[in-house]
Amino acid sequence: MLDPAILLASALNGLTTGAVYALIALGLTLIYGVLHIINFAHGAALMVALYGVYFLHRGPGLDPYLSLPVMVPAMFVAGYALQRLVIGRASHGKDENVLLVTLGIAIVLENLALFLFKSDTQTIDTPYTFSTVSILGAMISVPKVVAFGGALVVAALLLLLIRRTDLGRAIRAIAKERQGARLVGIDVEHVFAMSFGIGLACLGAAACFLLPTYYVNPQVGNGFVLIAFTIVVLGGMGSFAGALAGGLLIGVVESLGGLWLGESLGQIGIFLIFIAVLLFRPQGLFGARA
Amino acid sequence: MTALLDIDRLRGGYGRVQVLRGVSMTIDAGEIVAVLGANGAGKSTLNNTVSGLYPAFGGAVRFEGRDITRARGTDIVAAGLIQVPEGRRVFPNLSVLENLELGSYRRGRTRRTQSLERVFTVFPRLRERTAQRAGTLSGGEQQMLAIGRGLMAEPRLLILDEPSLGLSPLLVEEVFALIGQLNREGLSILLVEQNVGQSLEIAHRAYVMENGAIAFHGTPAELLGNSDLKRAYLGI
Ligand SMILES: Nc1ncnc2c1ncn2[C@@H]1O[C@H](COP(=O)(O)OP(=O)(O)OP(=O)(O)O)[C@@H](O)[C@H]1O
Ligand SMILES: [Mg+2]
Repeated sequence: MLDPAILLASALNGLTTGAVYALIALGLTLIYGVLHIINFAHGAALMVALYGVYFLHRGPGLDPYLSLPVMVPAMFVAGYALQRLVIGRASHGKDENVLLVTLGIAIVLENLALFLFKSDTQTIDTPYTFSTVSILGAMISVPKVVAFGGALVVAALLLLLIRRTDLGRAIRAIAKERQGARLVGIDVEHVFAMSFGIGLACLGAAACFLLPTYYVNPQVGNGFVLIAFTIVVLGGMGSFAGALAGGLLIGVVESLGGLWLGESLGQIGIFLIFIAVLLFRPQGLFGARA
Repeated sequence: MTALLDIDRLRGGYGRVQVLRGVSMTIDAGEIVAVLGANGAGKSTLNNTVSGLYPAFGGAVRFEGRDITRARGTDIVAAGLIQVPEGRRVFPNLSVLENLELGSYRRGRTRRTQSLERVFTVFPRLRERTAQRAGTLSGGEQQMLAIGRGLMAEPRLLILDEPSLGLSPLLVEEVFALIGQLNREGLSILLVEQNVGQSLEIAHRAYVMENGAIAFHGTPAELLGNSDLKRAYLGI
């Protein structure tokens, strides 16, 4: 058997990663809930955000956490414009088309990144990259703790926005009843774009929290999308609480799985859970709320 | 005096299919105007074109003297022309309270609290169910919610599209009594109904639509006094 101290450290580590997964999945589930499509460009957008943080660090020397007030609004504006000017126009109101358009955007962004930055993997050095803090006797990396706290704060703000503001109510209303939404004077195209913008803004925040302990290359988003998609299904398509809980759970499963089966097989646990959920609770842990 | 709503030879439809073939109609402030007609006559199409959900092909719509023929739906709501649609179209995944709050999304937001109080006075049953998800309400309760949501926008003109659809006779009575009461309190109402008898009891004037055009218009007494009309269009 494994040492309980190692187990604890691994579980805590998993929680920190899971919080960032949750943030990525929240964006995905928000866009899914409103537009009824899986945003295939989600991973590519995360990649772009990571490059953004990377170059802000390499160029003006901006600390990744100080990039938050730049990256979050920038990703929001990019998402809003993308939905309003590209996806909305190209899809002619058909959800199937939206799916293909996002796939196209993903391919374009990835190849553009390959062309501009080659397939080299880049990392950044910060003064705190290797600092650790002791939690319940387990040594945890400081940037991971920051990522955990930061991701939870952003997730809480997002939930507050969705639950308590008129924009949030409009977002949920449009998910189920577009005609009714138009009749109370909701500008449906605007709210679509807001949802897409907020979904990508989550990625902007996730990128700032990730890069100090992670890396960036043109394909970096793909692994995250697969995991985020699993989380969205696990939590219940379109459920925000489900995405949050699912993200944390997947983070822990991945980390513990890695401990027992080794890094490369660690993700098997995730997909075993995924299949089990599909078999026994296809509506996800939190049901189909939205 | 200019009419509250002035629909002038309005043409409209869906894509290339024309449904409205030159509809003219006026509603004065303070009136209940009934629009009657068989299934498929184009009544809902008229409502949805006036509300800006579908573009007009031609003709004009003026609301309080302002041309709104090509206005965006959001601006039409902002102007106070509010529709309670056929089939209610409440937000099933939102609570009763949230549905009502969204009623004042575009218009009347600053007076939301007062409007809520007013709606709860009109529909005490909604007050007992503020936290319930709208999708789990009974059909009658959903209709009340839909009307309540419309009232939240402080309408200058309320379009009601078949508010009695699918309700039990007792509830139908209740809804018609309510429409009369709202009107006596000063609300102008365009009432689309299949329930001819009860509509004509409360309406000041009525239009009969057939095949996307107005086949008759006059007072309820005129309509009820003409046996040909009654037989041809109203089935009574
Ligand atoms: N979204 C739509 N797309 C295409 N055609 C439509 C659409 N909605 C209605 N129609 C057609 O327009 C015509 C008029 O329909 P409309 O709903 O306006 O009738 P109505 O008078 O409201 O009937 P009812 O009393 O049954 O509600 C019908 O032939 C209908 O098939
Ligand atoms: Mg109709």
